[in-house]
Order: sequence, then C-alpha cells, then structure tokens
Amino acid sequence: MKIKSFKYLRKSTLFFLFIVLNVAIVVVLLIKSGSILSEHDNLRKDLEEIVRTLHLTDMVLSTDARYTRHPTQSDLFSAFQDYPGSIEHFPTGSVIAPPDFTSIGTFIKVHKFQRSATTGEHR
Amino acid sequence: MSLERHRNILDYTLQALLRRKFKNIGIIIVFTSMISILGSIIFLSYSFKREATLILNASPELIVQRVMAGRHDLIQISLMKDILEIPGVRKVEPRFWGYYYDSLIKANYTLIAANEAVLRDNRLLKGRLPDPQENNVTAIGKGVADARLLDLGDMFSLQSADGRWIEFKVIGVFESESDLLTSDLIIISTRDFKSLAKLPDGMATDLLVSVRNKVEAPTIAKKIKERFPDTRPLLRDEIIRTYDAVFGWRSGLILICFIGALTAFIILAWDKAMGLSAEEKKEIGILKAIGWETSDVLEMKFWEGLIVSLTSFLTGIILAYLHVFFLGASLFAPALKGWSIIYPSFRLAPFINPYQIATLLAITVVPYIASTIIPSWKVSITDPDELMRG
Repeated sequence: MKIKSFKYLRKSTLFFLFIVLNVAIVVVLLIKSGSILSEHDNLRKDLEEIVRTLHLTDMVLSTDARYTRHPTQSDLFSAFQDYPGSIEHFPTGSVIAPPDFTSIGTFIKVHKFQRSATTGEHR
Repeated sequence: MSLERHRNILDYTLQALLRRKFKNIGIIIVFTSMISILGSIIFLSYSFKREATLILNASPELIVQRVMAGRHDLIQISLMKDILEIPGVRKVEPRFWGYYYDSLIKANYTLIAANEAVLRDNRLLKGRLPDPQENNVTAIGKGVADARLLDLGDMFSLQSADGRWIEFKVIGVFESESDLLTSDLIIISTRDFKSLAKLPDGMATDLLVSVRNKVEAPTIAKKIKERFPDTRPLLRDEIIRTYDAVFGWRSGLILICFIGALTAFIILAWDKAMGLSAEEKKEIGILKAIGWETSDVLEMKFWEGLIVSLTSFLTGIILAYLHVFFLGASLFAPALKGWSIIYPSFRLAPFINPYQIATLLAITVVPYIASTIIPSWKVSITDPDELMRG
C-alpha cells in the first residue's frame, strides 16, 4: 500500500498529528521523570545519610557570603554585617527574602514639612 | 457525518490562519516563550522546595547557638551538661564548623569537623571520611576538587589561624550528584579543625540537641532560651521554612523580571482578540452570506483560539521541562549564582506538581479561547450585508 505524502493529508489531520506528537512527548517526559525520581529516591537515602552524619543545615545555593551560604544560620541583620558601614553588595542578597516583620506592625511615618510661624525655623 | 462537519470547519480555520501566517506564527512564538518562562519558574521553584524539604528533614532537630552583642559567637561545651538536664532532651553534642577563604582562587569553603567516621558505603562519596582523631586527611566536595584540580590521594594545604600551612591528603571526594549539599565542603577531623582555627579549649561553634519526642522540640527550645538568655535555639522546622521562603522569593523575583514581557503579551492578546479587524469582519459576513450559521462561525473561532493556545501551551511546557531539567535552568542561573566562585551543577530531580500545570493551562488557554470567541459572537449576530459593506 502506498503511504500518502504529507502534502496530500488534510490540514486537520496534520494538526491532530502535531498535537498527538506533543502530547506523546509530554507523556514520555512524565514517564522519564517518574523513573528519574525512583532512582533519586535511592540516592536520597545516601543524601539523607550525609546530612545526618555531617549535621548539615543548608543547601549550597550560593557561596559568595556566609549569610547566603547558610541562610538558616545567620542573624536577622546578616546582610549588612561584613564590616562597619558596608552596604549589602552581593547579588544573591537581593534574591533571598528579608524576614517577615508584618507581625511587629511598625510603620515609617513621614510628616508634612512645616515652617514655624514665630521663629521661621524648619520643623 | 457530524464529525466530518467539525473537521471541515477545522480545515477551514487552519487555512484561514495560514492566510495570515506571519501574524499568527508571531503570536504563537510569543505565547510559547511566555508559557515556557512561566513553566520554568514553576518547575524550578517546586523542585527546589521539594528537594529542600525532603533532604533537610534529616538536619539536626535543634541547634543552640550563642549570641554575643548581637552576633553569633562560640559556645561553651560545659553548657551541654545543663541542657541535658532539661526533661525531654536525649542527647547533646558539640558541632565544629566554619569558613575558609581561599585567596588563591578567591572562593569560600565550608569547613566541617567530622564527628563520626561513617558513610563507609555511601554511593555519593568516593573514598571515605576522616576519623575524628585522624590527622592531615580530608574529604572534599566536587566543587572544591574541580576548583583546585584535586582527586583522591592528592595533597593540598590550608593556612591556619597562626599563619602555619597545614597539608592535607584527600581521602574522599563527594560525587556531583550530592553537589547541592556538598559542593564547597572540606571535611577534616575535629583535632585538625581545632588546630587550624585555633579554637579555644572547651568551646564549640554550636550545640546539637536531640529530643525524645519531636513534638516537644519547641518547648525545649523555649526552656533553653529562658535558662540561657544569650543563646539562640534554631528548630528544624525553621530551617525548612527558611528554604520555603527563599524559593518563593526567588521565583517571585524572576517573575518580576519577566513581568514586562508578560504584560506586553497580555496587551497583544487582548488587542488581537477584543477587536476584530475589518478584514475578519468581512470574512464573517461572507461566511454568513453563503449559508454559515452563527454556531458555525463561533465554532471556527473556538478552533482558532484552541489551535493557537494549545500549540503554544504544549510546546512551551516541553521547552520549560528541557530548560530546567536538561539544561540546568541556564537562563535563570545568573540570578541564582550571585558572585559565587564554587557553585553546584544543577541536577534537580524532576518533581512536577500536576496542580500547578493545570493552573497554568487554565490561566493561559481558557482566557485566550474566551477572548477569541466573545467579540466574534458580537459580529456574527450582525446582518451579513452590513458586515460586507464594512
């Protein structure tokens, strides 16, 4: 039997073939994920053993400063602690969230600029 | 017969889309890249969070650190006896760790003293860990090994606090699969750590507390804080929560970087979908004049929305998967790396949350189809003669 060339296939057939191909790729990737995860499950026991033995607390996501290497072990103000007057200069510092201060309920108050009527001084 | 009718309408729709192929292919490319970026962010942050939660579950239950004048300081080992007296505490042990700045390659290492020489048959460690009383031997992470071109049996030196150079023989190298945990580690014996850092006798970096019942851990932490006000207890739950927050923030930040592109796409889609061009209105008028029902016109528009959005969604999701799990999220790496010299190679386990994918599908495909059909419905109920005249 002679196979029809793609040129003679209806456009709807080509569209369905394209969608089926994409869905098949997604399914293959999901199956592949499953197999990688089951292999990873075996490795995880070894990873957990390393964490337990060496008493690790953090993942190696950035090693540029100690407060980005160990975010869980640093102080609340750690982003500014390198030396007096130092500003936070590591790019990683901008992608690590500051602590949640919402429960403290502090507000920055900005007062209207006024000139004293009697003395003329700025207040 | 009915199915054939739908296929005919689909054939016509595809033909109509091809007639304006540059415009439609352009929309598909932009739509696909938006979905692949959103998908990458979802995959990356979810995998990180899952990995952190699973692995760090094995981290210490409770760590007690001493704070002096608001800064982390060394803690007296003698406190162990007092902490052990608190009901519910099973075991207390000292932990010795710190940092080492290598001026040769300008990298920071994490120094850890091995308390126990286990990990004998760990598949992620080539060689072994130093024994607690063994001198001048070390196990190193893959990042350190690569940066200093070291392997098993090689020697390398570290400068101690008094300026002396101490030589170490590499007896263990962690495999790259454990990079997310071990990349910058240098494991040495407790004795070597003390002589390298010139640690005063009777002091440790912090104390590890094991509790009998983990539910009691917060209560024990509170008691430690009350009894020793200059200490800071850190719970395992807090460690895991920190990572949850870090990845939430990171993914949010990357999302903000792309918010401009996302807004541009929404405007493009909105403009395209909400106002039909004169040519499209004329086309609907002709179709109605030659006998198409309003429902046929709406079906055509439904197919049009579905073709564009489904094609973009499927391609975008596949690209996102390949980007994160095969290419190591190379697009986002600069934002995550910072100035780190030693940096782990990303080998993330492909954790996928079906709920997040379904949400992405719902917020991209459905609104696009809806915004294609609604304006067409308004046009298709107008008199064909009026539409053709413009």
